[in-house]
Amino acid sequence: MVTYLIRRILIGIPVLLGVTLINFLIINLAPGSPADLYLSPTATPEDVARTETALGLDKPVFVQYLNWLTQLLHGNLGVSFQNREPVTQLIADRIGPTLLLMGTSLVIAYLVAIPIGIFAARRRNTAADYGVVGASFLGISVPHFFLGLAMIYVFALTLGWFPTGGMVTLGRGGGFADRVSHLVLPVVVLATGVAAGMVRYVRSSMIDAFGQDYIRTAKAKGLGASVITNKHALRNALIPVVTVIGIDLSALIGGAIVTEQIFQWPGIGLLTIQSIGARDYAVLMGINLIAAIAVFAANLLTDIAYAVVDPRVAYA
Amino acid sequence: MTAVEDASPLLQVRDLRRYYPIRKGVIARTVGHVRAVDGVSFDVYPGETVGIVGESGCGKSTTGRAVVRLEPPTSGSVLFDGTDIATLSTARMRRLRTELQMVFQDPYSSLNPQIRIGDLLAEPLVAHKRLDRAGARAKAAEMLATVGLPQLSLDRYPHELSGGMRQRVGIARALMLEPRLIVCDEPVSALDVSIQAQVLNLLKDLQGEFGLTYVFISHGLGAIKYISDRIVVMYLGKVMETATTAEIFARPRHPYTEILLDAYPEPDPRLRDRERIIVEGDVPSPANPPPGCVFHTRCPYAQDICRTEAPPLNAAGGARHQVACHFPLAQEAS
Amino acid sequence: MSVTPPVTASTLLRVDGLRTEFTTDQGPITPVDGVGFTVAAGETLCLVGESGSGKSVSALSIMGLLAGNGRITEGSVMFEGQDLAGLPEPELRRIRGHAIAMIFQEPMTSLNPVLTIGDQLAETMILHLGLTKAEARQRAIELLEKVGIPRAGAVVDDHPHRLSGGMRQRVMIAMALSCRPKLIIADEPTTALDVTIQAQILRLMRELSAETGTATIFITHDLGVVAEMADRVAVMYAGQVVEETDVYTLFDQPKHPYTVALLRSIPHITTPAGDRLTPISGSVPSLLHLPTGCRFRERCPHAMDRCTTELPALRPLGEGEGTHSVRCWLYDETGTAVSV
Repeated sequence: MVTYLIRRILIGIPVLLGVTLINFLIINLAPGSPADLYLSPTATPEDVARTETALGLDKPVFVQYLNWLTQLLHGNLGVSFQNREPVTQLIADRIGPTLLLMGTSLVIAYLVAIPIGIFAARRRNTAADYGVVGASFLGISVPHFFLGLAMIYVFALTLGWFPTGGMVTLGRGGGFADRVSHLVLPVVVLATGVAAGMVRYVRSSMIDAFGQDYIRTAKAKGLGASVITNKHALRNALIPVVTVIGIDLSALIGGAIVTEQIFQWPGIGLLTIQSIGARDYAVLMGINLIAAIAVFAANLLTDIAYAVVDPRVAYA
Repeated sequence: MTAVEDASPLLQVRDLRRYYPIRKGVIARTVGHVRAVDGVSFDVYPGETVGIVGESGCGKSTTGRAVVRLEPPTSGSVLFDGTDIATLSTARMRRLRTELQMVFQDPYSSLNPQIRIGDLLAEPLVAHKRLDRAGARAKAAEMLATVGLPQLSLDRYPHELSGGMRQRVGIARALMLEPRLIVCDEPVSALDVSIQAQVLNLLKDLQGEFGLTYVFISHGLGAIKYISDRIVVMYLGKVMETATTAEIFARPRHPYTEILLDAYPEPDPRLRDRERIIVEGDVPSPANPPPGCVFHTRCPYAQDICRTEAPPLNAAGGARHQVACHFPLAQEAS
Repeated sequence: MSVTPPVTASTLLRVDGLRTEFTTDQGPITPVDGVGFTVAAGETLCLVGESGSGKSVSALSIMGLLAGNGRITEGSVMFEGQDLAGLPEPELRRIRGHAIAMIFQEPMTSLNPVLTIGDQLAETMILHLGLTKAEARQRAIELLEKVGIPRAGAVVDDHPHRLSGGMRQRVMIAMALSCRPKLIIADEPTTALDVTIQAQILRLMRELSAETGTATIFITHDLGVVAEMADRVAVMYAGQVVEETDVYTLFDQPKHPYTVALLRSIPHITTPAGDRLTPISGSVPSLLHLPTGCRFRERCPHAMDRCTTELPALRPLGEGEGTHSVRCWLYDETGTAVSV
């Protein structure tokens, strides 16, 4: 297991490097220079050149990338073009809210989706099952921005049950209840897509498990339906579901960017949007790296979880 | 059978090995091998049927696949009519393909479900013998009659036929290029009991009609005995014993052969309490075969030497009777 | 339509006129159509037949384990004075794994891969015998030893993938025996095993049934296995029993043309070579397109006009003691050929 993990991490390093290189190229290939944003429209070409030199943008892209890499090896992600703050500091400030949002969404999505998936599998091809399948299809299909705006309109503006955005009510401390009420809508938006996908996975995985020979054995032993479902089928059904968690995490990162923007949630997602607008290359590269590491770590965790839930899997 | 003795062998398998690497560790280096086939030698004479029998993991199927070069051997040679096909170039092998054919176990998965039987049979003729479509189709129709299928089958898809009929198609396909040697890998194992005899009889009849030579691979002793002239008994990638069918069944010299025969459930209730040896234990893994004689872990007669030294395949008296055992059973045994 | 099999004091299970239907995409099928047999306490009845003969569906019908699209539409399954065919699910559950246990064909997939061997053995005993976890575990180890599993004390905590197919089938046997059932239904328990392992398992099952007095319904397609295991045999073809008798009579004096043909079509290894096998022509009819009259008639060398129009009943031969029954128009009540 340990050698397996070491091998995975060693393989992961060039992959991460490749991801950062591609990101770097894409960012630099985008038309326009960050300097344009920091100078007045009347700036002379000399002004532009001076600013670019100050930002290190005058060197060839390849050299810029190598410089960025060298800095990275010293644990330094560079300095934001926009406000001269270290990128590590910016990300550290924003990562907490994002982890709170994503973590809560993931936990709630699974807590809701797994029982519903089991329920649908046990009532396969009944009206209840068709209802669940239909609803989950809707949940997968509806885009985050649409669901988010609809939520704000109905629950914040019309009913007034929840705030329209932010993480705390300004000027009113931000107690636990206040934070929870701010969390509800963005979590619902983010969790819906994840839960809808998970319902379908759990359902089909449970249906698959119910068809296995060992379930017939369990029935032939005289076990009741709940023991068969919860002990014999569910543990097997969760094995393929575990592999989906890594994919869910990647999707969640994308979803978080849009959701944070809609709800003005002060997390990495919002920082991303702001940095794109400001062509803040240094911050974008830092966020990309963090996101790539997060996806990589999620997949690694998935593999470990796989070995934990399935006794047949032994990595070597 | 005796006429066969004077001819030179059509197929000579010599010290054939097929290892699959086991990879481990950070850089996936090879730490060992699954010795699927580990030094197998036997001859097949023109016009005879050699049965290869053994339990799962003994390497019989891998041997069969290496004979028609569906798998490249790790080492050793497979001489077909004097040519070593183990090292033959792809182009020359392609020419030789027409002479070496294979019939597979599962007649369903080995036939392309999208292709009509007629096209399936005609296809190799067009590819290898450069026949035109009409000519190939006529030959296909002829072959269907030969294997006892109605002409209607020409325009059927494989799934429209029963298991027994599909296996007849599998045999017909193997015969289309007029091969000299056919390797039959468990050709009746997937079939219903009442159908097995149909296919076995068909194979026997075709052998007489076309002068075919068979390598017949099976775990079923009944079928092996019925169809084979000579038998190769395999265990854990090695040949344990080889002899004529009559010799093997009347005077097995290897303890494993004796145990295999004893284990066979003979359809006669009066034999159920016969004296016999039933060995305990499982077949060891071919990834980690026991040292010395591979059978010693289950052999009721094993001595110290069996645990350290692998016995060579030696002549054991009788016409071409060979046995790989330090202490072969007495001639009168069984 | 079918005769009522005789009931004697020792009759443990009596299946009578059992008919099981399935709905499929291609229409309804009846894989079991009027099956009847009896099993006496302690005896081994072999159900022998080819694929599609209805032997496995008969077993699942007895246990009430039919898939969602199948149900018993006629007949009875009398077990110790109760008709299992009409029993509600909770009561069936008390019988399954307790009074009637089952062993399946595929040892590799019949055990739950994520639960330990001990857990899977213990749960039946905790459920049906009310043992504590510790007692059940101790008895699980004893059972594993009894079925010849080495290092039982360690294996009890292993997961099934650590064991070979033969060892897993021993675990299945231990599980079946755990609540001291009166009847074990074994559905092709050795078909997936190698021949030397099959010999081990068959011997183990014979020894255990002699020791415990458990009756067995042993389902197989292999007449060699029948010869090794059976006290009585019911030969099945296309959803019906076509012949039932004791094992020696079946091999010495088979009466039904199908049984006769089947015995001629299989190779023996103890007799000298020479005789050509006589195959049965054609193939088993599809359940969707069964022939009228006798279901074997299209493949039968003795088929008569009557066979096309009338389905023969399973009738006892001789003096009606019911020791040898045949479903064929060739025989009258006395068992003599009426017209050939």
